[in-house]
Amino acid sequence: MSDDVRTAVSGDEPALIPYITAGDPSLAATAEYVEALAAGGADVIELGMPFSEPIADGPTIQDAIQRSLEAGTTPERYFELVESLDVDVPIVCMTYYNLLYQYGESGPDESDYERLRRFVARAAEAGVSGLIIPDLPVDESDPLRRACDEYGVDLIFIVAPTTTDERLAKMREQVSGFVYVQARLGTTGAQADVSDATHESLTRLAEWEVPKAVGFGVSEGQHATEIVEAGAAGVVAGSVFVDIIAGGDDVANRLEAKARELKQGALDGATTDTPKAGK
Amino acid sequence: MSTTKFGEYGGQYVPEVLMPAIEELTDAYERYVLDNEDGFMDEFRERLADFGGRPTPIQRADRLSERYDAEVYLKREDLLHGGAHKLNNALGQVLLARYMGKERIVAETGAGQHGTATAMAAAHLDMPCEIYMGKRDIRRQRPNVFRMRLNGAEVNPVTVGRGTLKEAINETMRDWATNVEDTHYVIGSIVGPHPFPRMVRDFHSVIGEEIRDGVQKKTGGLPDSLVACAGGGSNTMGTFHDLVPDEEVSLFAVEAGGDELVVDDEEGVAPHSASLSTGSEGVLHGARTKLLQDADGQIVESHSVSSGLDYAGVGPELSHLVDEGRVTPVNVDDTAALEAFHRLSRTEGIIPALESAHALAFLEDELGPDADGEHDLGEVIVVNVSGRGDKDLEAVIEETEKRDLDAAPSMEVMYE
Ligand SMILES: Cc1ncc(COP(=O)(O)O)c(C=O)c1O
Repeated sequence: MSDDVRTAVSGDEPALIPYITAGDPSLAATAEYVEALAAGGADVIELGMPFSEPIADGPTIQDAIQRSLEAGTTPERYFELVESLDVDVPIVCMTYYNLLYQYGESGPDESDYERLRRFVARAAEAGVSGLIIPDLPVDESDPLRRACDEYGVDLIFIVAPTTTDERLAKMREQVSGFVYVQARLGTTGAQADVSDATHESLTRLAEWEVPKAVGFGVSEGQHATEIVEAGAAGVVAGSVFVDIIAGGDDVANRLEAKARELKQGALDGATTDTPKAGK
Repeated sequence: MSTTKFGEYGGQYVPEVLMPAIEELTDAYERYVLDNEDGFMDEFRERLADFGGRPTPIQRADRLSERYDAEVYLKREDLLHGGAHKLNNALGQVLLARYMGKERIVAETGAGQHGTATAMAAAHLDMPCEIYMGKRDIRRQRPNVFRMRLNGAEVNPVTVGRGTLKEAINETMRDWATNVEDTHYVIGSIVGPHPFPRMVRDFHSVIGEEIRDGVQKKTGGLPDSLVACAGGGSNTMGTFHDLVPDEEVSLFAVEAGGDELVVDDEEGVAPHSASLSTGSEGVLHGARTKLLQDADGQIVESHSVSSGLDYAGVGPELSHLVDEGRVTPVNVDDTAALEAFHRLSRTEGIIPALESAHALAFLEDELGPDADGEHDLGEVIVVNVSGRGDKDLEAVIEETEKRDLDAAPSMEVMYE
């Protein structure tokens, strides 16, 4: 089992985990943006692989996905991009189940595990350290879990504010890398404040050994501070970066500056004495 | 626990934020629908009768019977309140939402027929209701948009993609994920995560029960074949479900063949919606099923002259029954459907929905004067007229003008 993601999130400092969509507006631009995010202090980068029906994403990321698909991004080109990246930061692939399921030529009567294994093998070979599949709840995840274990790829699950204790118990057995705490109901998208659900969710997960990263709505340094103060080991932010890319102006510098702001915010949150969960 | 799958199809592939709501719904489905707790099903059946106007008739179509040299019966779901079979499910789900203590209803709609039925059911049961509808479909189905609003529902236009049913479903799922604690999503067909495909089928299975009784009374036996159009497949499964165990009854699911049965992989579009006939297995909108997708697994944009059939997926149970050989998937093209629309209107005095016209066009393809007759439909044939065509008149005028249709009335003099 690879430890890169877990180590990167649970290091001494609170972690910044930015999301951008690969191929928005082009794969060449993404390579540059990934470097900018890393330079700004990103500890793990979530790189979206575009799927035509992104039901867990809000309008900002949905538009990015559409731009990426129009630019011709395919799973294979995504993997080639990851291979070409020259950064020290683990890459986590965020995408939807159908792309995993369809990857490569499938033979007759292949099991789910055999089909998914092809995707995971290619992802691992390309240098992807973990997967986040928002439309794959733990209940359906056994075949993918098996394939991920085989190739040392982390399978990261999202805990929602609505997740019941019964479901939490199931997820606790399955999760690896880090647990992604969805800070509010709904879909991804930048918000003006940090949701109260954050504190509640972190309290419920306090005893889990994996590090917790909070996302959905994070857009400012101050949010990162509050989230780390609440006990999270990391902060996930996507739409705020995607908005910068959509703006199209001086993108790499602005991505780096935004990453720096969020990372600093997270660091500020860690200077208070609250113990960090998951350490 | 009811199983979440039909063979390998079905399941629950949704974001975690929705899983608790789906578990709650599964529990409610098992208690109220399957076990009739608190008399839910009695109340549902009573409201279907009093508000909905059930049972709907089985009518012998005399001219069609003559034309096709068979006993052709029409199941008149167009006579159900609201003008389509969709009310069975909408009423069932809105009532269930009320039993569950939900406070708000959301739904998606393609043809507008499901949106209309949901808006009516919500007004009838005094629940606030919001409907998502693709921009393109809003243009194609203006009368239904107005009807929804008359019944007090808000209609939210969806502009992404091609602005049809698929995009409207995505958007409604997002609304549901945001408001999941007090909102029920009335899904409009036998698609989506478990328990929707089973529950929606159960609410519609009254269609097949009435077919069994009606044909028994009229002929003393069972029909030889049942024909229904399949978009998501709700009227299809409603028509078939009760007779699936009767192996001697042939079941035909008629899909929208659109312009032609090809997929443009480059452009990511299919000029048809025939996912049972041409699709491959994948995961869309919460279920594993047969889909129109490209080699990478991106869902392609479908097409049909009929907005209610214009969807890249189909219900998992239908996919399963097709694999098992129990249901035969067939398709007809846009022009054949339009001709059938005009034919039924002129010869029987019934203006069918464009969706239902697909089912009727299959008879012409198989038994009409120019037919090549690939399938044995037998002597007694029941076609489900899933809805009436008032909603489609604008689209039919436009599409008829583009084509040189034999059966169509000339509109020229009207425009002078
Ligand atoms: C009259 C009518 N028939 C059929 C359909 C297709 O849906 P399904 O395949 O779920 O019955 C629709 C969809 O809106 C409809 O309005």
